[in-house]
Order: sequence, then C-alpha cells, then structure tokens
Amino acid sequence: MSLLTTASVLASPAAPGSPGPGLADFGHDPVWISIIKGLVIFVFLLLGVLFGVWLERKLISRMQHRYGPNRAGKFGLLQTVADGLKMGLKEDLMPRKVDKVIFFLAPVIISVPAILAYSVIPMGPVVSMFGHKTPLQLTDMPVAVLFILAMSSIGVYGIVLAGWASKSPYAILGGLRSSAQVVSYEIAMGLSFVAVFLYAGTLSTSEIVAKQADGGTATLFGLDIPLPSWYAILLIPSFLIYVMTMFGEVNRVPFDLPEGEGELVAGYHTEYSSSLKFAMFQLAEYVNVFVVSGVAVTLFLGGWRAPWPISLWDGANVGWLPLLWFFAKIVLIFCFFVWVRASLPRVRYDQLMAFGWKVLIPLNLAWILLVATFRALRVEQSTPVFILMAIVVIGALAVFFRFDTVQQRRREARAEQIEEEFEQLREEPTAGGFPVPPLDLPHYHGANRKEVPSA
Amino acid sequence: MRDYQGVDGYFGSYAVVAVLLAIGAAIFAGALLINRLLRPDRPTEAKLTTYECGVDPVGDGWAQSQVRYYVFTYLYVVFAVDAVFLFPWATVFAAPGYGMTTLVEMFVFLAFIALGIVYAWRKRVLTWT
Repeated sequence: MSLLTTASVLASPAAPGSPGPGLADFGHDPVWISIIKGLVIFVFLLLGVLFGVWLERKLISRMQHRYGPNRAGKFGLLQTVADGLKMGLKEDLMPRKVDKVIFFLAPVIISVPAILAYSVIPMGPVVSMFGHKTPLQLTDMPVAVLFILAMSSIGVYGIVLAGWASKSPYAILGGLRSSAQVVSYEIAMGLSFVAVFLYAGTLSTSEIVAKQADGGTATLFGLDIPLPSWYAILLIPSFLIYVMTMFGEVNRVPFDLPEGEGELVAGYHTEYSSSLKFAMFQLAEYVNVFVVSGVAVTLFLGGWRAPWPISLWDGANVGWLPLLWFFAKIVLIFCFFVWVRASLPRVRYDQLMAFGWKVLIPLNLAWILLVATFRALRVEQSTPVFILMAIVVIGALAVFFRFDTVQQRRREARAEQIEEEFEQLREEPTAGGFPVPPLDLPHYHGANRKEVPSA
Repeated sequence: MRDYQGVDGYFGSYAVVAVLLAIGAAIFAGALLINRLLRPDRPTEAKLTTYECGVDPVGDGWAQSQVRYYVFTYLYVVFAVDAVFLFPWATVFAAPGYGMTTLVEMFVFLAFIALGIVYAWRKRVLTWT
C-alpha cells in the first residue's frame, strides 16, 4: 500500500533536486541496455577484485611496516593480474576421492550469486545512456533487500557443498563451521535492516536511497531542527550491529574462523589446490565484501548521494557524478575492512557464536521494539502507545541490568578463582602451570642452584 | 509509462536478474573451459590423493562432527522466517489504518520467537564446552 503511494510520487523521472529514481523508473530498459549494465557490473566487480586485492595487500603491508607487492607493474599494480594468470594456467588437481560433479560446481555456486546481489545496488540517479534515460542500477524490485539476503544465503550452499564434496575432514569441518557462522550472522544482519525498513517504509533499494535524501525536520520547543538524513546516524545502533555482522557474514578478520589455518588448514577450500577454482573462491570472497559494503552504503550511508558539505551544491547529485560518491564510499569501507584486519586478532569459535546469538540478536530485537514504538508514537500520539513505550523501555532496561549483574557476578567469581590459583603457585613455584613452567625440568638446574655471572 | 506492478514490469525485474545469471554462468563456464584447454594435465598417484594437511590421509574422508550444527540450522530457519515476517510488517507499519494493533501483534509474535531463543539458551545449546 505504502509502496504504491511512494512509487507514484516518485514516478516522474528525476529532475535536479528530486530524491532520485524509485521503483517506477525500472522495467523500461530495452534488452541491450540491460545487457550493457549487466556486463558493466561484471567488469566493475572483476576489476574491483583485482585492484581490491592489490589495495588490501598494499595497505596492510604499510600498516605492518613493509612494502607489499612492488614487482609486477608500477607499484605492484599488476600483481593480482599475474597471480590470476598463473592460477588460470596451472594444473588443476581433482583428488580421486572427491564427489566430482559437486566439487566442480561449488565454486560456481558460490561466486555467481555473489555477483547477482549487485544487480539491485543503486549506483547513481537517472542518466542518459546512448540517448536513453535510465537509472544507474541494473534493476530494482519491491523486495530488493530480501533478494540480496537470499543471494548471500545461496552462497552458503557453495561453502557447504565445497566442504562436503572434498571428502577431507578439514574441509568438511571448515564448511560446517563457516555455514553455521554465516547463517548466525545473517539473522542479526537481517534484523538490523528492520529499523531501516521501519523508517523507509519500503524494501526497494532505490527508494531507500531516495528516502535518505532529506532527513526532514523535527519541531522541538517551536524550533525546526533539520534531522540527519543518513540512517547510519539516525539509527546508529542498527548501523553498528550491521557493521559487526558484515565481518561475520563474509568470513573476514576478526571472524575468519573458517580459514583458521592453525586448526583447519584452509577450511572448506583445502582440496582446491591453487587452481582457477581456488581463484573463484577468492573472487567470491572479495565480491561478497563489495556486496556487504554496497549494502552498507545503500541502506545506511545515503547510497550514491553526496555526503553533507558537498550535497549543498545543487550539481552534486545529478548526472554521472554520483558514481564517484558511490565508489568513494565503497573504497572507504573496504579500507575499513583492511584496517580491522591489521588491528584485530581472530576470535575463538565459542566467542564468535556466543556473541552472535547472545548479544547481537537479543540486542537487535530490543532495538526493533524501541524503534517501532517510537515510530508509532509519531504516527498516532495516544496514551496506549505511550504506555507500551514505557513498558518496552522498562523491560529492556530490566533485562539489561539482569544480564549485567549476572555477568558481573561471573566475572568476579572467575577473577577470584584465578587469584586463588596464583596464590597456590606463589606458595610453591616448582608446581608449575600457567604462567610459569615448572622450574625443576630436567634441562634446568633446579630452583636452588645459583646463577654464576659470566663476567 | 507502464505500471511497475503489471505482469511485465514486476516479473521484468526478475527477468533482468535471470539475464545477469545467464551472463554470469556463461562467463564462469567460459573461464573454466578455457582453463581446461590451456592447463597442463599430468596426474600422478601422489597428486591425486586428498591433501588434508600434507600428511598421508588415514581412513575414510569424512569426519564425524557435532550434531550441534544442525541445531543452529533449525534456529536459523526459525529466525529467518521471523525476519521474513518482520520485513513486510516494517513497510506497512506507518501506513494509515495500521498502527497500534499491528504494533502489539508484532510484539506478541516477537515474544514467541524470543521464547525460542531463551529455550535454546536454557538448554545450553548456545554454550560451548
């Protein structure tokens, strides 16, 4: 219902100052324009992977005080191209035990949906392409965000099937772990979108971007205060939760358990030597990073629209220029991924799952309740809504304090236990254990022997 | 201008996705085909054994793993359905004619879902040993 009304409001093609294309602007492209856009998405993503890998290696090596790739091409720019060529020309080993068909299909199943998800990411307003007015977005649908979630769920099949078909214990463990992780974080991710839908009133990506054009004003004590237009600021808890789930969803540091090489060799793609199929897994991983970055930009960071000081200029959001804002935002988020990778250690598996299920999901549900009541308050200001809001707030606070006290008690108990252990170790240092090894190991001279200085 | 909710427009957007799917499948199939034509192929007995961690594999390929992973799959299904119900609710929520009743209904629904996660929690499904 609301979809219909918003669509008819936005039906006129974008003039300067209008919020941009909506659902009604799609579905008019001739086939050849669709094919051009599809190919451009492919080229953009493949080039993005090539130079994304280079950027990541370069950036992370700078953060670790080394040079990174600098041999192939200027600044090592062609390093990934060279690696890709090598992988394309290498002998491809298919171990004798594997399930051949599925082993072959898994890399395709994982990489194609990753790319498909990009078809609904808006990259710009309506432009004139070869004399044809068309939005810079392949397609849009009333359930576009759900489509993105669906595509990332299909990617999980690729992970599970790759692990299962490999017939190797490490691969199957990696596959199971990875899928459990991805589905857990996908729930939290889906829930963090709900607040955005509550505010935008639609699941269509182009219209969510249009809704972020203008935050509107709030009247407080007779003053009109302009509200921030990006949902990242308006719904900051949702955004923070999304940022965390983003890392879990694409198996990146600090949640890169599936590739915990100390435990699982390389996880689900252990048996894919370094062939083209392995390259496809890498490609899918990076494309998934671009997809979650694109979703972050679209749903929370104003999409292709210019950031605030630039958006004051009328020409900032028309024509082809918004492509620049879109790419700049994507690159910044990608750099954030690299920064996190350089800074954080990998978490343990139990920590990862506990964080996802016991923190992110309950927090998300409580936040949705709060936002929903707040929205209801703005729609109809009646006493029952106020009462409901009070109940929600009090309930959420009660649950929070209950958790807090339980956590605090546990933390104290653990600290006490550790203190006790230290006490015991201090009494008899030869007993050994953490953190000191026993002092009377055979290669030691015993605790009583005095060290003779050499000088 | 065609109405996007007409059959053409609505399924048109999915047709475009299908076109992209076809392009994607074609590109990857083509890449794998070219790879097959260009790469050398000299398998030996040692090359064709499962790699695992570099040591000769012992026993059958698959390892037994915890049944816990299936519990997570069930929980995922529960919550995915929950999310799918939440999405349309979130879009029509602010429209006239909904409001208070819709809000309370969804709260009741979420309470049931939350009961599910609390149950799993109490049953120590979410705890690792």
